[in-house]
Amino acid sequence: MITLDVAGLAKTYTGPGRSVEAVRDLTFQVRRGELVCIVGPSGAGKTTLLRCIAGLLPATSGTVTLEGATVTGPPPGMAVVFQDYGRSLFPWLTVRGNIELPLKEKGLARAARRAACDAALAAVGLADSAEAHPWQLSGGMQQRVAIARAVAYEPSVLLMDEPFAAVDAQTRADLEDLVRTLWRDLGVTVLFVTHDIDESVYLAQRVLVLSHRPTVILEDVPIDLPAERDQLTTRGSARFTELRAHVYELVQLAKRGHRPESPVRT
Amino acid sequence: MKRIGLPVVLVALWWAASAGSTSFFWPPLPAIVAAVPSTWTGDFWLHDVVPSVVRLLIGFFLALFLGVAAGVALGTFRTVFFMAEPVLEFFRALPPPVLIPIIALVAGYTGWTAKVVTITLGCLWPVLLNTIEGVRSVDEVARETARSYHIAPLKVIVPSAGPRIATGARQALSVGVILMVISELFGANRGLGAAVVQFQRGFAVPQMWTGIILLGLLGVALSGLFQLVERHTLAWYHGWRRAEREG
Ligand SMILES: Nc1ncnc2c1ncn2[C@@H]1O[C@H](COP(=O)(O)OP(=O)(O)OP(=O)(O)O)[C@@H](O)[C@H]1O
Ligand SMILES: [Mg+2]
Repeated sequence: MITLDVAGLAKTYTGPGRSVEAVRDLTFQVRRGELVCIVGPSGAGKTTLLRCIAGLLPATSGTVTLEGATVTGPPPGMAVVFQDYGRSLFPWLTVRGNIELPLKEKGLARAARRAACDAALAAVGLADSAEAHPWQLSGGMQQRVAIARAVAYEPSVLLMDEPFAAVDAQTRADLEDLVRTLWRDLGVTVLFVTHDIDESVYLAQRVLVLSHRPTVILEDVPIDLPAERDQLTTRGSARFTELRAHVYELVQLAKRGHRPESPVRT
Repeated sequence: MKRIGLPVVLVALWWAASAGSTSFFWPPLPAIVAAVPSTWTGDFWLHDVVPSVVRLLIGFFLALFLGVAAGVALGTFRTVFFMAEPVLEFFRALPPPVLIPIIALVAGYTGWTAKVVTITLGCLWPVLLNTIEGVRSVDEVARETARSYHIAPLKVIVPSAGPRIATGARQALSVGVILMVISELFGANRGLGAAVVQFQRGFAVPQMWTGIILLGLLGVALSGLFQLVERHTLAWYHGWRRAEREG
């Protein structure tokens, strides 16, 4: 069951006297309820890809289709965790206000909003920060608020752009497990961009490795680890080590500018 | 308490310097104070001060509403702003007092309309221009967040631009006080500004001084009130700024 279909996606940014071909040709499909990680060198166009999928940025060519409908603007039922988490939280609202505003716009009653907000905050370990303003929190805490907002929204598709970049290692491990748990409990389709190769292998069912700019897919790596994962045994397994070594090599290739003969289409 | 000190010193200096003054235009401060009871009568408050202040407030809030509404529109739609900019610059360059005769031609000299329109026109520019600036500098990521969560754009634009709107409103308030007085200078009518001018023309100098003092006190009261409201509604902004300075 295909939920997301990206076909021949290309994006060239044009500015005055300058144009950057960020994404050249991306074609891939994501099944409903799949968890896919996207890795690639910095500047490869990962954020660009997510913004096109989120309907925030018109593609130069190619199409994004979600649930059979072409994406031309932000589709309903999608939540985005932005890479710039600090700027994506509204400073005039409290943490609770930030999480509840999208729910309010969705038409949820007050009690339901409150409950959803409290549950999401508890899940990211911020139960007692609900009444603080985002600027009173550390970077890592802000990032968790942004994740809580997305989770409380109960999306059917969740896009996350390096959501754990600012959190410490222990919290990061907890949040990774949280994403896996939410994904399994809610049946949400997750697209997860990360720099961290270990993280991508630990989380994903598939890892898409992107080439250097202008971007194509270098390889679509299926992650055949057991569905039941935990930080110690999964990361300690021989298969994990093999997969991570493979993805690592691919990313190294990508950094050196290696490109596939013809773009990988999945 | 620290802020009471300087005014007390200045009043004392005025008192001392003007004591025994025989100059017609600089009466001793006690003479001015003595003129207060007979000048600030019930009739004076009711028919001069209150109408002036009410006109000022109507003009100010009208300008605030129109300025924010037009500012959001002009700040959001680039082409509209591009087309409107020369016209805006033209009207902005005209000092509102110059327009009074024209406004009066349409609205009449004596009624409230011409005065309120004058105040509104003067207050409009600072609000409008600051709102446009505020709207244009709304964070791009905040905008995209609103779009992707289907949050009504105004709910992000207006609070984001809030600090700039407040700056514009503060400027508008001082312009408004000036125009409140100026709008009363044409034609014989009542009002705080008109009263001061009439005292002056009638050589009632101590009375004129009480009017000027009252104007000053009005300005202080209004700006104090404004600050109170601003501190409250933009508490998040001041807290944020403080956090950034310390962090
Ligand atoms: N608004 C823009 N205008 C012009 N060029 C842009 C714009 N946004 C991104 N780019 C360029 O497009 C390319 C891809 O950027 P993008 O942000 O998608 O990369 P990324 O893979 O997300 O990088 P990172 O891992 O550092 O977040 C970069 O070369 C960048 O300079
Ligand atoms: Mg990025």
